Order: sequence, then structure tokens, then C-alpha cells
Amino acid sequence: MAYKKRNDGRKFEECRPIEAKAGIIKNATGSAMFRIGKTVAYAAVYGPREMFPRFMKDPTKGVLRCHYTMMPFSGMGERIRPGQNRRAKEISLVTKQALAEVVDLSEFPNAAIDVFVEVPEADAGTRCAGISAAAIALADAGIPMKEMISAVAVGRVSDSLAVDLDYSEEAHEEGAADIPVAFTSRGGKVSLLQMDGDLTREQLKSALEMGKKACEDIYKVQVAAIKARYEVKNDK
Amino acid sequence: MTSNSGIQKHLTKLLNKDVRYDGRKKDEFRDVSVETDVSANAEGSARVIIGNTEVLAGVKLSVAKPYADSPDVGMLMVNAEFSAMASREFEQGPPSVESIELSRVIDRGIREAHAVDMAKLCIEAGELVWSVSIDIITINDDGNLMDAAGLAALAALKDARLPKLEDGKVNYKERTKDKLPMLKEPIPVTVNCIGEQLFLDCTADEMPHVEARLTTAILANGTLCAMQKGGVKTLTIEQIDTMVEMAIKASKDLRKKL
Repeated sequence: MAYKKRNDGRKFEECRPIEAKAGIIKNATGSAMFRIGKTVAYAAVYGPREMFPRFMKDPTKGVLRCHYTMMPFSGMGERIRPGQNRRAKEISLVTKQALAEVVDLSEFPNAAIDVFVEVPEADAGTRCAGISAAAIALADAGIPMKEMISAVAVGRVSDSLAVDLDYSEEAHEEGAADIPVAFTSRGGKVSLLQMDGDLTREQLKSALEMGKKACEDIYKVQVAAIKARYEVKNDK
Repeated sequence: MTSNSGIQKHLTKLLNKDVRYDGRKKDEFRDVSVETDVSANAEGSARVIIGNTEVLAGVKLSVAKPYADSPDVGMLMVNAEFSAMASREFEQGPPSVESIELSRVIDRGIREAHAVDMAKLCIEAGELVWSVSIDIITINDDGNLMDAAGLAALAALKDARLPKLEDGKVNYKERTKDKLPMLKEPIPVTVNCIGEQLFLDCTADEMPHVEARLTTAILANGTLCAMQKGGVKTLTIEQIDTMVEMAIKASKDLRKKL
């Protein structure tokens, strides 16, 4: 039994409905919400601000720090213990690496730029939603950026390649491969790449091409969210 | 943050005239909104917004072996996380003493009010009971997290639906229409004190200057079911009586939001 029709009726190169909003957290320097289907991520940026602990300061440029957390009630099934577990720490690391190249922190020596990602609702692809939200939040915070970063999970479900897998597809009985990937908006370069499952070289190439196309659509939603935030409303 | 006596004097002067920074009166809350079912995978969830303060609460239900000293009642746990996302004052890392105090005050309100009928959460005495976990996450802190968190916890409990139970195991994919057995609804109200002045719903601007506060949990009939005094300033019996009076009055309006 091959996977010819997606569980929710989407096309294989189609993402779930996407929604993004900038400026959702008033206390933060910049913030954003990114929703893709039933996966939601909030991101808040604080900084540039003084770096603690002090020994982590870099006198040549600002330091980007990222923290990813799933809310205890966000997942299907049992409660997730609060705080940073091993998975969250690794995702925090790859989130930072996915964003680091496009932010220009040369103007903020000794400072910290902190990015906090929280997931209130999860249906697969949370690290990608988190990265897409964090990129909007960084732009909203006015951190100089050379390009935007957009992320999506692509992969294989049974023998078909698909974009933006949900939990039901990741758990497909005939096997699946999950590839979270992030692209820069102008260069079309890959800044996040992870994979689990099994995949041929050809499948990987096609999947990455599909991911790149999907990220172009996500980019448009991200830009629209930032524009909407700074839209001047003319009161009549 | 420490208090600046100049600002404190200014605040006191304003409060003497029944005026606040944002134009409210002492016994006035900011706009309060309660929205439920805000996170699909939680058995129950709620978002509470008070002015610029925003918190999320989620209820997760599981089954567990009951404690040996209470074999025929369910289990309940409240946990609050002051997410570093919500304020520049909050740090990433282990829970702060403030977040632990908040968790415990909300826990007491719900537990001592017998908000949930714990006996009905027993599936098989000594073997299997429902375990209720309430997690509260701050999204944006502009003061009065206590009342926002307590309201969110209560709204999430009321929103919760039990998942299906199959041979002593939970099937999270299927949710029944059964609600949690709610008996009472304790509404948290915190009254703050600066000098001789008492006021409700303090903002982040006012908070560093608050000298004492009293958090109460109040039932529909006006009975108190939990209290916590905070801050170092001492209070007179008369002041406490007035604070309770203010809290009971405010709880009536808050109850309508649920």
C-alpha cells in the first residue's frame, strides 16, 4: 500500500495553512507567532542587552543565544516535563545555528541577543515553526539581517516525498523520513539540515528542492507579518 | 527591582486621590478576557489576558497508581513557569522562588476549595486514579500574574475533557465528552498595599513599590478558601478586613468572565 493521498487531502508539495503575526509580546524587543496547521510557535527576542555571565561576552560582536521549549501540555499524549531536556537543548543549538549567519551583530559588541521560542501546540515540525517565528521576531526587534530565514520539514512518507509532515505522516506504518530544513531567502542556501529515517540520494535532492519551494511561500507570509506590524493606519 | 522612594511618594499621592498611572481607580481591574480551548493537545486549556499581562494554562490528564496514604482519591499538581519570554526580569533556568510561590498559592486555592471532586477521579482504589497536571506559562508579564494564573488554571480545568480509558491505559487520540468533576470555583484576587492605600490588579510599573499584598481565593458564596500574604509590610486586622471585602467584591465580576 503506497501513500498516494495525504491523510488531510493536501497535495504533496503543499504546506498546511500558515499564519504569522509579529509583535505579540509587548515586553519583548521583538516577537512573533508562527502557526502551520496545528503546530504553533511563539518567539520573543530580548536585546541587544548586557551579557550575563560576563565571561561569555564577545568584544568583537554581539552573541546570539536561543532557547527552545515545548510547553508541558503542548504534545499529544503524556505531559512533557517542564524545562530544558536533551532534545530541547539540541534544538536550541540548531535553531541558533540556523539563524546565526544572517544576523549582523557587529554593531553590538559585548551584548547578548536572546531568542526564546515556546511551543504551545505541537503537531510535528515544531523546530521549523520555531525558527520561522524567531526570524520574524529578530526582524521585528530591529536586529540587522542580511536575509530572512524560513524553515519547513520535508520528508518521505512510505514511497512518496512530501512537504510539512504532520504527526500522522511521521508515524506512517510503512516508514517515513523527516528532514527539518531552513533556507535563506535570497541565496536559497541551507542553514538547517537534519534527517532521520532512510532516503536515497535522489530522494534527498528532490526533497530539498520541494523544501526550498515551500520556504519561498513561508517567506512571503513572514514578510507580510512584519509589514502588517508596521503598517500605518490612516484614521479618517 | 528595588523601590525608588520618590516614585513611591508620587504613587501614594496619586492613590490618595484614587488615581492610578493608567487612569484606573483603586478597586478597578484592567480589561480581563478568558479564552478556552487554545491548545489542541491539552485536555483542557485557557488563555487569560489582563491588560498587557497574558498567561496560558493547560491541563494534562494521565492515570497513575495513587499514593499509599490516599488510595481512593485522584492526584492534582499545579506548576507555573515564568517563561523568560514574558519579561526581561525572568531568566532561563530552574524555577524561581516567585514562580514556586505562585504555583503553590494557586494549588492551595484549587485543592482547599475542593474545586475538583478528587474522590470521583478514583478509577480503582489502591490501583489506578486520574492524575491532573495544570501547567501555567507566562507569555507577557505586566503585573498581577497571580490572579491571571489562577483564573487561567480554573478556566483550563473547566475546559478539560477526559481522554478515553482502555484497559487501564489512556488513549489520547480519543477524547470523551466527560468533564472533570468540578465542585467549586475559587477565584483568585490579590489586593496590594502601598502606605495606607489598598488597590487591585497592580501593573509591572506599580509592582516594585508594593509593600504588602494579600492573595485570596474566593468561592461563589463569598467564602475564602486560601490566602497568602506577601511583602514585608505589616498589616492591621482592619486593613486585612478591608482587603478581603475588596477581594470578595472583585471576585464577583471576575467570575462572570468564566
